[in-house]
Amino acid sequence: MTVLAVKELSKAYGGVQAVRKVSFAVNAGELLAMIGPNGAGKTTCFNMLNGQVEPDAGSIEFEGRRLTGLAPREIWRLGVGRTFQITATFGSMSVRENVQMALLSHHRRLWSLFSLAACSYAGEADALLARVGMLEQAERPCAVLAYGDLKRVELAMALANDPRLLLMDEPTAGMAPRERSELMQLAAELARSGGIAVLFTEHDMDVVFTHADRVIVLSGGELIAEGKPAAVRADPRVREVYLGSGHA
Amino acid sequence: MTASSVLIQFLNGLASASSLFLVAAGLSLIFGVTRIVNFAHGSLFMLGMYLAVALAPELGYWASVPLAALAVAAFGALVEALVLRRLYAAPELLQLLATFALVLVVKDFTLWAWGPDDILGPRAPGLSGAVTIAGRQFPEYDLFLIVFGPAVLAALWYLMMRTRWGTLVRAATQDRDMAAALGVNQKWLFTAVFALGGLLAGLGGAVQIPREPATLFMDLQTISDAFVVVVVGGLGSIPGAFLAALLIAEIKSFCIGLGFSKITLVVEFIVMAAVLVLRPWGLLGRMPALARGAGAVEPPMRLPSRGMVGALGVLALGLALVPLVQSGYTLVLLTDVLLFALFAVSLHFIMGPGGLHSFGHAAYFGLGAYAAGLLVHKGGLPMEAALLAGPWFAALGALVFGWFCVRLSGVYLAMLTLAFAQIAWSIIFQWDQFTGGSNGLVGIWPAAWLASKSAYYYLTLAACLGAIALLWRVLYAPFGYALRAGRDSPLRADAIGIDVRGLQWAAFTLAGLFAGLAGALFAFSKGSISPEALAVTRSVDGLVMVLLGGVQTLTGPVWGAALFTWLQDAVARGIDYWRAVIGGVILLIVLAFPQGVTGFLRARFAR
Repeated sequence: MTVLAVKELSKAYGGVQAVRKVSFAVNAGELLAMIGPNGAGKTTCFNMLNGQVEPDAGSIEFEGRRLTGLAPREIWRLGVGRTFQITATFGSMSVRENVQMALLSHHRRLWSLFSLAACSYAGEADALLARVGMLEQAERPCAVLAYGDLKRVELAMALANDPRLLLMDEPTAGMAPRERSELMQLAAELARSGGIAVLFTEHDMDVVFTHADRVIVLSGGELIAEGKPAAVRADPRVREVYLGSGHA
Repeated sequence: MTASSVLIQFLNGLASASSLFLVAAGLSLIFGVTRIVNFAHGSLFMLGMYLAVALAPELGYWASVPLAALAVAAFGALVEALVLRRLYAAPELLQLLATFALVLVVKDFTLWAWGPDDILGPRAPGLSGAVTIAGRQFPEYDLFLIVFGPAVLAALWYLMMRTRWGTLVRAATQDRDMAAALGVNQKWLFTAVFALGGLLAGLGGAVQIPREPATLFMDLQTISDAFVVVVVGGLGSIPGAFLAALLIAEIKSFCIGLGFSKITLVVEFIVMAAVLVLRPWGLLGRMPALARGAGAVEPPMRLPSRGMVGALGVLALGLALVPLVQSGYTLVLLTDVLLFALFAVSLHFIMGPGGLHSFGHAAYFGLGAYAAGLLVHKGGLPMEAALLAGPWFAALGALVFGWFCVRLSGVYLAMLTLAFAQIAWSIIFQWDQFTGGSNGLVGIWPAAWLASKSAYYYLTLAACLGAIALLWRVLYAPFGYALRAGRDSPLRADAIGIDVRGLQWAAFTLAGLFAGLAGALFAFSKGSISPEALAVTRSVDGLVMVLLGGVQTLTGPVWGAALFTWLQDAVARGIDYWRAVIGGVILLIVLAFPQGVTGFLRARFAR
């Protein structure tokens, strides 16, 4: 089942065409990797998907609903979770409270003036933290966590509203190789068991070819290849982009 | 207006713009490089004026101007080396507090050295006459100023763009950390920038003496003008400062020329508010570079322990017992302490957890006070009803101003809140028929059953403790947490569905409501109100209270308010130069406890 359908998405900055007529789809329970060299348009593409950047043309549909023109927080409400390339968490709160914030938002309790935030949805928060292996550190302030652990907290927060689509921008950047593999293994399990569609960008080709079900390749703002990891790896155009024409 | 009067007003505006530009350029330079908003910049301008006036009889006018400017430059360098250098790593608000302490010290120094009366400066020899332009008399000296401003702009441009030192300054303005990493000696660069900023401010003051007398009010008046210019032009942009100085001076000049002199006080702030809404980083400014690792990260909030709740309960009980053993003066002072504690807690609510650094919180204190007073005077309401209704007018004001304010952040937000407070102040100050103008309103007394000092004390105690408890409670609720979430990471907050602006707007309004309650209580406790209630100094008092206590703690603002109110009362009664003493104490506290008093105590005893 198609969860995310992107059609002819385009964005230019000044005279530079950052993304040109990119179309792809992500299905439920599938891990789709978006790869490409630096400047290929991955981040622009991502920022259009989550509402931070308005596309010039094209459409983004999530479960049949248009996302273009919606603010990030509205897109989240529809069931799209995301993690950032550079982690963004609430430094003055504990790990559990970070997840509680996402849960409070999901249950639309943010404007409550007189309940106690620290006692709201603590059990649900702990369950989410257990899923990402962060339960032991629930009491620690986010400001003191190791980078890999922050990534996992972000994942727990992204899962708080039962997303059907997870957008992960370089989920393993800054992590040690073993942590990378563990995190992607976790994402893959979540996707398959919960039927969540996962779209991620990644520089580490080991991660991509081990964990992705399908791969799309961007270069110069255009989609140049799409398919199973093995097929993409063998694609002469992809080899040209990554290795230069001399190696093709 | 005839063509000739248009021309004369235009030239007047050009002449006024020059001095304004000099001050603003110095302020902008200092901010650009050191990221310090130098509240004392107007004081440097005032020093320049007084020094030039004092030196002119001995040395002649034309020698006194550069000498005064150099003396102020030396003073600026000294201040940087002795005080500010120790605070670069401290939170920006604390730096601001330190520069405000300097304002107090310089003001009293000026009072001590030159007395309280306005001093008229000499005419400039050689330029004391007038020329005829379009059939009207125009002072020669003003023509000189019209040329002088652009000449300084050209000199600064050369310094910045064509010298090695200028390159370093521009590099540090763009990215301070990177400049340091490349081996730029920050210490000397910062001291030099402060000296240059001081030189420009002193020069701006000195060249102004043939045009207007030196007065003790020059400092705050100049700094608010300079803030407006710098913010309109774009922080850190010298051409922007020039453009904005021209714009503001011309608009003011034409307001006077058209006979609207009453709105001149407001008009510059309206221009600033309009510019900030349309171009949030000023006419020629750029989005500020992110400061890296500024200040310590706040620890997570813990629910108060039983011991803490018990201690606060005992304190409240103790306060309730005071009228049994004390009367008269002590009760009046404690009433002040209580309502300023509420004022400080309401400011902390948006400043700490909300991250909205308001420089104009007194606006809501004053709106509450005036609304309550006017409801009694003009509306004929009984005192009890006015006390209950007054704060809602403050909330309404906060609702309207807040809508604009939450669209900005950091220094720009601080300046816009200041601008709105100044607009409110100007309107109240000038609307003689309705608000009593500068005299204010008198005869606003509590109802008969609240007339005794102890009865009014109990009312204030109940209202303030209740309101403070309510605000604290909200911070433990999802609303308060979401507010902090928006401050910690707007990006993440948005990504989990938190409407950061909406929450901030609501928090701003709520804080305005409670500041208004404090103001209404204040009005009835004094029996009168004057525009002082919402002047810049009152806003700064609030900041001082919050920062003294520590912005990262809940109870801090209460202790800060108590300490500050008591200090002000005790010192002001006993010592002539009380401002300097308070300024000195603030400087000592800031240098000794960069995290605030409560923050220090917590760090000291928590482990």
